[in-house]
Amino acid sequence: MARMMSGAAMVVQALKDQGVEVVFGYPGGAVLPIYDEIFQQNEIIHVLVRHEQGAVHAAEGYARSTGKPGVVIVTSGPGATNAVTGLTDALLDSIPLVVLSGQVPTFMIGTDGFQEADTVGITRPCTKHNWLVKDTDKLAETIHRGFHVATSGRPGPVLIDIPKDVQFATGSYTGPKTVRVESYQPKVKGDIAAITRLVEMIETAERPVFYTGGGVINSGPGASQLLRELVDATGFPITSTLMGLGAYPASGKNWLGMLGMHGLYEANLAMHGCDLMINLGARFDDRITGRIADFSPRSIKAHVDIDASSINKVIQVDLPILGDIGHVLEDLLNVWKSRGRKTNKPGLAKWWGQIEGWKAKKCLAYTNSTSVIKPQYALERLEALTKGRDRYVCTEVGQHQMWAAQFLGFEAPNRWMTSGGLGTMGYGLPASIGVQMAHPQALVINVAGDASFLMNMQEMGTAVQFRLPVKQFILNNERLGMVRQWQQLLHGERYSQSWSEALPDFVKLAEAFGAKGIRCSDPAKLDAAIEEMLAYDGPVIFDCLVEKHENCFPMIPSGKAHNEMLMGDAATEGAIQAGGAVLV
Amino acid sequence: MAALNIKKGATSHSAYELRDPNAQLSESHTLAVLVDNEAGVLARVIGLFSGRGYNIDSLTVAEVDHTGHRSRITVVTRGTPAVIEQIKAQLGRIVPVHEVHDLTVEGPSVERELALFKVAGAGEKRVEALRLADIFRANVVDSTLESFVFEITGTPAKIDAFADLMRPLGLADVARTGVAALSRGV
Repeated sequence: MARMMSGAAMVVQALKDQGVEVVFGYPGGAVLPIYDEIFQQNEIIHVLVRHEQGAVHAAEGYARSTGKPGVVIVTSGPGATNAVTGLTDALLDSIPLVVLSGQVPTFMIGTDGFQEADTVGITRPCTKHNWLVKDTDKLAETIHRGFHVATSGRPGPVLIDIPKDVQFATGSYTGPKTVRVESYQPKVKGDIAAITRLVEMIETAERPVFYTGGGVINSGPGASQLLRELVDATGFPITSTLMGLGAYPASGKNWLGMLGMHGLYEANLAMHGCDLMINLGARFDDRITGRIADFSPRSIKAHVDIDASSINKVIQVDLPILGDIGHVLEDLLNVWKSRGRKTNKPGLAKWWGQIEGWKAKKCLAYTNSTSVIKPQYALERLEALTKGRDRYVCTEVGQHQMWAAQFLGFEAPNRWMTSGGLGTMGYGLPASIGVQMAHPQALVINVAGDASFLMNMQEMGTAVQFRLPVKQFILNNERLGMVRQWQQLLHGERYSQSWSEALPDFVKLAEAFGAKGIRCSDPAKLDAAIEEMLAYDGPVIFDCLVEKHENCFPMIPSGKAHNEMLMGDAATEGAIQAGGAVLV
Repeated sequence: MAALNIKKGATSHSAYELRDPNAQLSESHTLAVLVDNEAGVLARVIGLFSGRGYNIDSLTVAEVDHTGHRSRITVVTRGTPAVIEQIKAQLGRIVPVHEVHDLTVEGPSVERELALFKVAGAGEKRVEALRLADIFRANVVDSTLESFVFEITGTPAKIDAFADLMRPLGLADVARTGVAALSRGV
């Protein structure tokens, strides 16, 4: 039965039918009819952000911590263009988002009307798909299709551009069940012959390693469970990308830690020296591979991915398996068990012996101080004091992000929200707001840097308004730390524009927003200060004044291979050579 | 998607051997992309090529199924085998794309292009142009006392050859459609 209603009413009805509980947005001229409908209902909570970029990152945080799509409403023109960074971020990290943007009325499109922008044109390369809806009868169907595209296959952001006259006009509403099956139906089951081939490799490999990524998280909690079962049953070592942390628990006995540019020595050496690499839902990102020519030169590589374009894009693999991680792992486990749960035990024992040798290097060791807080120490204490709690961690982008990945342990998926592919400074604060909206009782911490925090600090207003007790843990070195580190290593210590002049007083800033501010600069008082932050029932900005010139190690310099890592105590002069300098 | 045969891109070579993209020669491939004829679909396909730095040598597009609103985009592109595989995979994940066919590897195919040539001249040159057009089976679709417009259909190479012959005979203007291609047989 078709129900007649206005386009604006359809938007709200479609969101309800999709089970949406929270939307993040900012009103404006071209979405006034939708906001009028939002005003007249109580089922969907609208979180008013302070900037549209914040809305998109908040929706990302919501999506990552729940596995459900995040929903955003923005107005035309600047509302939509402000959403572009968040859309690109979500595209690169495969986060399901549905962004609804207002547009000038259809009869004004192309006239350079007030707040008109070619939103579908601008967002075409930074969405998984987008639509301009010119007919109210097609609006509900398009929204439902948008949810399908955003959440199926490799997830990603979609945008639906809705002209204002389409919102006012009346049309027939289509429910989610009656929408025709999309031509877009990604393959989830892996080829069983290829899976069997992988089992054969697992049975004989002497030096295997699991290399997992965000695909495991995106596949759902079931995939993480299956991964744990497989890893523990085979006894293979496992490492993960930044995006995949938490799929296998950090306390697990086979855990090597994160790999990549700032990954752990043992993880990178295991990748370099393995004879069988099993990539589950990771994409051979350049942060992971280092110099391509020397990437894991002696291994057979298997790659399970739901996106065909991820396979053989950067690294040619020997065994590609196209499918959803959860489905493939289920089949893989079944085949492996039915063939007698075989592994090469003598080979594995020798391999673990080698890995223990690498672990003994203690690559995360740093020189602590009693006079100044080392950022690593701050995170160690944060970890120790929050470990047992129902905890979610977001980050901004830079040194603090890498230290957080190194020093915080994640026991479950969907607990770690960080901007990986795009590396968006300003992501963490709004993301923490989205996470807290989804998990009101949980402890939500945003590990931030002083520079990143300033990029979207206006969202403190949102946190205060919605009583979201997010903890902003700023490792304040008064620098753009990662830029400074690269300038030290690569540009002759010429620190061009990488110090934070005229920083605000973060304690007063917190108070100005109506939040609590805490400052700590003494290692002896750090625990008490963190406890104070945790005990406070409301948003906190924690200004943790840390060592200003600490570098993030270990590090694979750009253009180098996994076995050419720099350790904390090594000479870093000329570490990045001319060839690597052109890389980022 | 049947057209995206992943196994084809797989290799039993070690990771080393395929590293250097320059070590492999660039190949020309003709791709047929069947898409929903919805707003912006061509922009998506073109944007993919420009955004990821792929080449387009020729591009044709038209709706081929008016009831189902399907369009066929024929793209002639160049790249190493790895790049061609990547182009096909990237095309395949565009939401309104239904099928991607690599006509260059999927068996024999026919390729045709249509071109219009305006040749201006008088006397011997005019007669010679008309004589050559006859050899190439080009039709005269417009004529004045000073000019002809020839219509010619054929492979891009044939049209290039015709253009080379017309140039000294007073070639004034050319319009080419780009390649349309279909696989042979059923």
